[in-house]
Amino acid sequence: MMRTVSVAETAPSTYPWAVHTEKLQVRAGRHLAVNELDLRLGTGVHGLLGPNGAGKTTLMRALATVLKPAGGRLTLLGGEVTGNADLRQVRRGLGYLPQHFGFYPRFTVREFVEYIAWLKEMPKAAIPGAVQRAVERVGLTDRADSRMKTLSGGMLRRAGIAQAIVNDPAVLLLDEPTVGLDPEQRLDFRELLREIGLDSCILVSTHLVEDVAVACSDVVLISEGRLVWQGTTGQLTEQGGAGDAGDSATERGYSSLLRAYRGRVSA
Amino acid sequence: MTTHPTPALISRYASGGAVVDDTTIWAVEAHLETCAACRAVLADAVDPGTQNLLDRVADGIASGIAAGPAPVRRHRLRRTGVAARVLPWLVTATGLMLAAALFEWTFDSLPSLVLLVAPVAPLLPVAAVWSRRVDPAWELTATMPRTGLPLLMRRTLGVLSAVMPVLAVAGWVTGHSPGLWLLPVLGFTAGTLALGTVVGVDRAALALALTWCAGVVAPSLADGRLPAILTGNSLPGWALTTVALTAVVLMQARRRPHLLNTTSSQGRMERS
Repeated sequence: MMRTVSVAETAPSTYPWAVHTEKLQVRAGRHLAVNELDLRLGTGVHGLLGPNGAGKTTLMRALATVLKPAGGRLTLLGGEVTGNADLRQVRRGLGYLPQHFGFYPRFTVREFVEYIAWLKEMPKAAIPGAVQRAVERVGLTDRADSRMKTLSGGMLRRAGIAQAIVNDPAVLLLDEPTVGLDPEQRLDFRELLREIGLDSCILVSTHLVEDVAVACSDVVLISEGRLVWQGTTGQLTEQGGAGDAGDSATERGYSSLLRAYRGRVSA
Repeated sequence: MTTHPTPALISRYASGGAVVDDTTIWAVEAHLETCAACRAVLADAVDPGTQNLLDRVADGIASGIAAGPAPVRRHRLRRTGVAARVLPWLVTATGLMLAAALFEWTFDSLPSLVLLVAPVAPLLPVAAVWSRRVDPAWELTATMPRTGLPLLMRRTLGVLSAVMPVLAVAGWVTGHSPGLWLLPVLGFTAGTLALGTVVGVDRAALALALTWCAGVVAPSLADGRLPAILTGNSLPGWALTTVALTAVVLMQARRRPHLLNTTSSQGRMERS
């Protein structure tokens, strides 16, 4: 039986950017970890790069609506997230894999993803099919009925990706998704990213520059909570010169941009 | 659009020749999807080779379904997420009530411990169902559309339905009027949720429990008799308070369903 496509699915989007921040400020404790960040992300796979403590995770948490912005504007899928807005509609379109992926150890993978799908207010009839599809897409079909506590680190990460994509999110936020994946799984994961990125906005936070080089179409580079540079992966590789640190063109571009930024800040 | 295609048209459609134009094919196809009688006509119209192939495919699928794994059974109970994590807190609350009942039964001279402890007993598990310390997946839960007062109230009802029977037994054993323990329990739970929308559920539960202990439990233990608010005369007051607080919670749930972003209060930032 073919699925009926609803009017809402074919309606044109009424917003120019899936993720839009203007002078966004987010606190991590007392520290202002994201400071006056202007960011515009559309459809595609965006890699979020930056040194440790640059505010990557804090930014991801703010975009996932875990943290409330301390200032500025944050608009997700055309809906304002700042203030006391009703986040329900926006949150239905989100998928999020936290850096520390907490789970219920006694749940099986299927039960966990089902529970998350229920929390995401998916229609009851759509849940079993969507769960199976998500589990298959991350390659966990044969472990779908094992308890979460029996899974290895890489499998847990994949279960985390499955729960994030179960509702076919329009904005997918993945914080360090490739940690613990072996090289083959990493290839599969990149393939999955490219596939999902065709029609949704993915932001992948990582400090593995090579992941960004292959899997992402665009790069967002932040440092000390501010936007340093945004452009395509191709443009990033052109930034580096022979004198910059790094083993690949992307790494050289990364270090050249950071060095230039630090020079600007200290000057 | 209930006109059936003629058998001749169906047989031409089945033979797949270039004699039928695309538009007609689409129309026939759309009709066949909804009309079993015409599908039967189609089945007779195809050539023996195709017929044979279709039969083999149907057989293959049927045997595949028969030999394959059975549909996964749904575990309804586990869908309640944090239930297992809250269990220790439920056990603590139950133990507290049973101990209170035992004390009351052993020492006649003390004021009724069951009545004194009952209002704050469910606050422990209520705080636990909405605490990030207890919920390992709190960061995910915090991003969910369903998260908010309605989900919290759902979990609270779950806690109450587990604690109530224990309270009922303790109340029945010690022979108190049900209203004297039931209404304070409901009042305090509603109060926790109402206050929780402002300061966070775990802080609200702690504050209310401490206030109750300092303001009522300690003085009445010192005096050796029950305070006036735990006698029959105060029942209307408890009932009014409970109804008012429940109304506040329900109104908040309607107006601002996302007021509660798990455990910590609004705008307060994550420490790690």
